[in-house]
Amino acid sequence: MERIKQRFVISNIFRNQLFIPIAALLIIFIFNLIADPGFFKVTLGYNNAGNPLLNGYLITILDYGSELAILAIGMTLVTAASGGQDISVGAAIAIAGSVILRVLCGSDSRSEELHAPIIVAFLIACVVAALFGAFNGVLVAVFKIQPMVATLILYTAGRSIAAWINNNELPIVNDVRFTYFGGLIPGIPIPVPFFIAAICVAIIFLVLKFTTLGLYTQAVGINERAAKLNGLNPVAIKILTFVILGLCVAVCGLIKTSRLSTINYSVIAKDIEMDAILAVALGGNALGGGKFNMWASILGAYVIQALTTTLYKFNVKSNALPAYKAVVVIILVVASAPIVREKAQEIVKKLRAGRVEKEVA
Amino acid sequence: MKDNAVLEMKGIDKVFPGVRALQNVDFTLCEGEIHALMGENGAGKSTLIKVLTGVYVKDGGQIFLKGHDGEVHIKSPQDAQNLGISTVYQEITLCPNLSVAENMFIGRSKSATLNWSQMNKATTEILQSLDIPATATMQLSNCSIAVQQMIAIARAVDMECKVLILDEPTSSLDDNEVAKLFKLMRDLKAKGVGIIFVTHFLDQVYEVCDKITVLRDGQLVGEYEIEKLPRLELVSKMLGKEMDDLSEIKESSGETQAVKDEVPVVEVEGLYSNTGIKPFDFYINKGEVNGFTGLLGSGRSECVRAIFGADRVVGGTVKVNGKEVKIKAPIDAMKNGIGYLPEDRKVDGIIGDLSVRENILLAAQVLKGFLKPYKKSEQYKLAQEYIRMLSIKTASEDTPIKSLSGGNQQKVILARWLLTHPEYLILDEPTRGIDIGTKVDIQKLVLKLAGEGMSVTFISSETDEMLRTCSRLIVMRDLNKVGELSGDDLNQSKIMSTIAGGDK
Repeated sequence: MERIKQRFVISNIFRNQLFIPIAALLIIFIFNLIADPGFFKVTLGYNNAGNPLLNGYLITILDYGSELAILAIGMTLVTAASGGQDISVGAAIAIAGSVILRVLCGSDSRSEELHAPIIVAFLIACVVAALFGAFNGVLVAVFKIQPMVATLILYTAGRSIAAWINNNELPIVNDVRFTYFGGLIPGIPIPVPFFIAAICVAIIFLVLKFTTLGLYTQAVGINERAAKLNGLNPVAIKILTFVILGLCVAVCGLIKTSRLSTINYSVIAKDIEMDAILAVALGGNALGGGKFNMWASILGAYVIQALTTTLYKFNVKSNALPAYKAVVVIILVVASAPIVREKAQEIVKKLRAGRVEKEVA
Repeated sequence: MKDNAVLEMKGIDKVFPGVRALQNVDFTLCEGEIHALMGENGAGKSTLIKVLTGVYVKDGGQIFLKGHDGEVHIKSPQDAQNLGISTVYQEITLCPNLSVAENMFIGRSKSATLNWSQMNKATTEILQSLDIPATATMQLSNCSIAVQQMIAIARAVDMECKVLILDEPTSSLDDNEVAKLFKLMRDLKAKGVGIIFVTHFLDQVYEVCDKITVLRDGQLVGEYEIEKLPRLELVSKMLGKEMDDLSEIKESSGETQAVKDEVPVVEVEGLYSNTGIKPFDFYINKGEVNGFTGLLGSGRSECVRAIFGADRVVGGTVKVNGKEVKIKAPIDAMKNGIGYLPEDRKVDGIIGDLSVRENILLAAQVLKGFLKPYKKSEQYKLAQEYIRMLSIKTASEDTPIKSLSGGNQQKVILARWLLTHPEYLILDEPTRGIDIGTKVDIQKLVLKLAGEGMSVTFISSETDEMLRTCSRLIVMRDLNKVGELSGDDLNQSKIMSTIAGGDK
């Protein structure tokens, strides 16, 4: 009896959507444990300003995985509702960041003091990013353009728009408070981006709990015609998911510009869209839309960051990084493909059947 | 084989899991003949055609073709094409972004190179010989739908087909285009091609066909000369006439006929949508069960979809309880207490990957509002309640709806609308493709709901079901409302004669 129960639990774990990202994370950790346990060392140190901070690769993952986790939230919703992905998030982050710097520094790119409170700058960036999200959403929902093609427009133009907002200058913010969002608050040794990501995750879970967003996006993604006949407005819901992704983008823009206190239009958040899409896929969510699991996507984001950090640790050159990543990604995505899962389950079943026969014999 | 027959199918059987789609069906097509294949939904028309074109492999019977000794075996569409059997489907299956000539010759050349000038020349000749108003170098999408349809036919004819199957070719054409298509069909007939014509427009059958073969429930009803089968008889043969002994269940529910001068729950005037239906009037009283009847494609569903706002309404007014309301989208109808169970369960009804619970709750949740989700415990309570009430067979409330059987899926959708407590419920083919037991359950439920004061419009392809449940029937023909029957007029023969129309 006990045995049967055990088996049931095991097969459930295999079927759970969180299985793949958790397994991937474990593999990465085990690899590090064998190669160099120093990976797991966390030490307390002090930064240049004399503030305490925790050092270590795990902290790096939590820190730099924040933007990805935040984007994964929006990307999951967009994927669920429209069955496609937004590839313009990197460029949109450049725009959001540029807007923040423009509001903070005014027209003087070397201004000594802030021209507006940081919160105002952030809110304006939220509005701008949400509008660009709505633009993408309208193209997808109203004009029925494939999401990847629709967002290609902003992907191409976004970084130019970002540069244009600041007249192609690179403003530098000199206020130390601005560095908090991408760095440390004096006295707290854990990087702030991690807390921002945690807040975003908390917000989305409250939204999913206290609104019907989850049900609506999934219904629209699975069967748009039926959703419409149940009184839903698929156009509005799709646009809404793009707007939410826009808000995620604004938060990322704040973190990214805060990390540098300035901006580099062509490099900021480069290729982050691909990692965000990967996070969704790694979470076992169908990229064709429909059902989703938000935890799995967020976990997927940290898995990708863990992978990146591991590769950096082993001195993989940054231009060779994508190639290594690609290999790992292929393995992960193929492993999580339904066809492989089914086969694996079949094999497990057969093995078990064989074992039972032996026991009986 | 008869002397002038080009095709003979004998004793064709085809079985799908749980269904005998075709049982011992014979079909003969002669040279230079236009032969209509008639039958209602599920009669086996398309199965027969798919067997003939190699989409399905038959389970029994024999097929003979002129010029081939003995039986022929058709195992793939390619086989059928090589044997000279060509099909033109309802939807154009050509490539709109290629030229007419390219479409004519696509996939037919065995060499890697093409002789363009020769191809264009050959195409021009074919087009001229068939009197098709198009040129070889035109892009296909620039031609009208009718011309595209004709080009598809020309392509089929040019591949030296002896048997041409036209599967509902006229459903997207206007009268003028239909006339052109018919001329082409007659030309081909004169050239000795045997044509199988599948359509649900009775007028067209009588205009162009020589013979009619009628199927019903996968069985052959008979083959008739067109002159010897008046419309009324054709309709009765298609529908089948067996009266059902369940017909008393309506009596037991009592006469719920409306009192005169009562304000109808829903009243529409001159309503029409962009689907091509002609403006129609309609009303339903409290506790009444009425229905739309007519052959497939007669506009039954289009009417109720217009009331629900499922298609884009172009004109007309809708009054709910005497007050005029604007219904632009389904949500407006739902807010006015109207529910709609759609005809095509798979495409319009179920949200396949979502659970039974979520599928039951969806419409009620949408009405309740974005910011007021049902609590988890409440969701399970409601789902369980309706699963029990309608005896839905499901492993649990969390089972994805797509893994349920058709009948149980239908019950889930029914539960979804009952949960919204509508004043007026439209059931469009709720009994299609489900087992007899469930069918009877649903009919009883409809009468019970009406007894409780709900107004229900019940649409079914099976007239006996309608007779059993409805106290008034609106009859549709060719997208037009052609009559309204109630009281003593509610009987098979009266319905059939109204459906058939034309020469009685």
